[in-house]
Amino acid sequence: MEKKATERKGGKIKGTSRQQPQRKAKRAAASKSDAGQIVLISGNEACVEGALAAGLGFFAGYPITPATEISEVLSTRLPAVGGKFIQMEDEIASMAAIIGASIAGLKSMTATSGPGFSLMQENIGFGIIAEAPCVVVNVMRGGPSTGLPTNPSQGDVMQARWGRHGDHRIIVLCPNSVEECYTLTIKAFNFSEKYRTPVILLMDEVVAHMREKMTLPPESNIPVINRVKPSVPPEWHIPYENTPTGVPPMAAFGDGYRYHITGLVHDQHGFPTQRQDEIKEFQSRLTNKIEKARKELIMVETEFIDDAKVAVLSYGSTSRSARRAVTMARKGGSKAGIVRLLTLWPFPVRAVQRLSEHVDAIIVPEMNQGQLVGEVERHACGRCSVVPLNRYDGAMIEPEEILHTILEVE
Amino acid sequence: MERTKLVHKYLRSEKKFPHLWCPGCGDGILMGAMIRAIDRLGLDQDNVVVVSGIGCSGRLTVYVDFNTLHTTHGRALSFATGIKLANPKLTVIVVMGDGDATAIGGNHFIHTARRNIDLCAIVINNNVYGMTGGQYSPTTPMGAKSATSAFGNIERPFDICELARGSGASWVARGTVYHVPMLDNLIMSAITKKGFCMLEVAAYCHTTFGRRNKLGKPTDMMRWMRDNSVRTEAFQKLSDEERMGKMEIGVLADFDYPEYCEMYDEVIRKSGGGA
Repeated sequence: MEKKATERKGGKIKGTSRQQPQRKAKRAAASKSDAGQIVLISGNEACVEGALAAGLGFFAGYPITPATEISEVLSTRLPAVGGKFIQMEDEIASMAAIIGASIAGLKSMTATSGPGFSLMQENIGFGIIAEAPCVVVNVMRGGPSTGLPTNPSQGDVMQARWGRHGDHRIIVLCPNSVEECYTLTIKAFNFSEKYRTPVILLMDEVVAHMREKMTLPPESNIPVINRVKPSVPPEWHIPYENTPTGVPPMAAFGDGYRYHITGLVHDQHGFPTQRQDEIKEFQSRLTNKIEKARKELIMVETEFIDDAKVAVLSYGSTSRSARRAVTMARKGGSKAGIVRLLTLWPFPVRAVQRLSEHVDAIIVPEMNQGQLVGEVERHACGRCSVVPLNRYDGAMIEPEEILHTILEVE
Repeated sequence: MERTKLVHKYLRSEKKFPHLWCPGCGDGILMGAMIRAIDRLGLDQDNVVVVSGIGCSGRLTVYVDFNTLHTTHGRALSFATGIKLANPKLTVIVVMGDGDATAIGGNHFIHTARRNIDLCAIVINNNVYGMTGGQYSPTTPMGAKSATSAFGNIERPFDICELARGSGASWVARGTVYHVPMLDNLIMSAITKKGFCMLEVAAYCHTTFGRRNKLGKPTDMMRWMRDNSVRTEAFQKLSDEERMGKMEIGVLADFDYPEYCEMYDEVIRKSGGGA
């Protein structure tokens, strides 16, 4: 209960004085050693807790609503564990700095919202081709452009997937609760370290600002994955070797393995190439290392699905309304079910294919004009009807709207 | 001969040569000077990081045997900031071109200088976007012809050294690819001095700039450098009239501002995170 009060206060005092956040940092740091601490925190704060539990060592960011709290809290929490926090001149520089820190061996992260996410795309692409592990948190708000800074939206689903130019795969995770902001942040770090790629945590404004009770597990209970470092002598090390997993071990600058990192398409030694065989091999490896890992990367939750005739497929805060709607529909005798995507990309193709064979209709509620629904249609292949339910007026989709659609579709 | 051997010791000569620079280009002269400076300082190759941006200068990182990072256009200093702050023990040298550092990377340039993080930033200024075929850059002189200013450039150029000094850099200098021994020494100072050190290296692009503006062969452009560069001690004594058309070379600013990583250690200490 003590902790609960502290956290609540901590959230309100942001930016008021210099000493208060420090005291908070100390208290929070002290509480870390306790087993299973119950806290009342926001999604943004839970994301910070998850990042620290995953071993975050470096954060660079630029203030933007509704992601700013992540920067604010980390500016005191990170140095308290010997990590580095820096506020850069813009999001382009923030993204560049976290890749630099990753190459120097630290787990790194940035947090932003739509407009900043757009600016980061260039260097996210660099992170993909250079295979630098890092985590990018995008707390979605209404767009395009400055859009709706304080309103919820799920408008960045496609930007998260295709924001960069060129072919590539990307891992995008989407939490729907405060607790999941914590667990998926750790997952995001684990995936980025294991597959040497930027991972995007796609939160929405509701999830980020909502406060919920959650239990912070003791540190020892959290499985944390660290990047594999080369074990061979430097002269044998091939920095971008085509290993069976497609993920070569990664040395940090200063480890004694002098090598070249570039945003150009490169050969196994890291040097730019224009040889067609090498280009194709490289591009295929980048794609395949993610494709091969689908089983591990894809997280889908289902409920009431066994006898369902209508499935509501949703993600993020919308899935909370969907759950309420489906339980209401069930009470009324409807055969409605829930499919919730925790992983948006790579898209859970098999899950949707199987679902489309068993239900008559899939309803896809989204806080946008219809983004992920296209992907659902593509993989349902006409085996069932796919019904979009879109809201883009800056408000959440309410359970009644989804319930209404369920009854209509039935 | 001995000098050449020394340079070869630090080149990835068995890997990515021949290089892509035009015969007569000054980029290789700068690369040699950088290698000699690192060698004379006795730095461990494993602890030296060289970061570059995009353009002809950006390719330098391919050729030298250090920890090398070839980044996106204009962002080299931001990547370097991440590396340096993550591991302050590394010596981080950043090589950029004029368009790279002052146009697309202008914002990063002024803020990295303001922050005064311990980086050695080298800007090779050839007054033009060379790799893309000679378009005007923020340092192209007024009136000069380029691929995108056929009627003469109407934009006023940046003075990169003034820009760095005004932005808070600890140390600012200008050298040229003609004054090579001086260039070696300037790079040594830029690496040794704490804080953000910016060295502008006056170079030339005979291929895309010299030809269009009838400036002659590389040797002619070098001669122009020889005849129009004035060391800062002498330059300070010239009248405004005499300074016209002359280029001041040497150390132009040298301050002892607090360095960012050291300041950050203090933040860690205050937050209770010190070892």
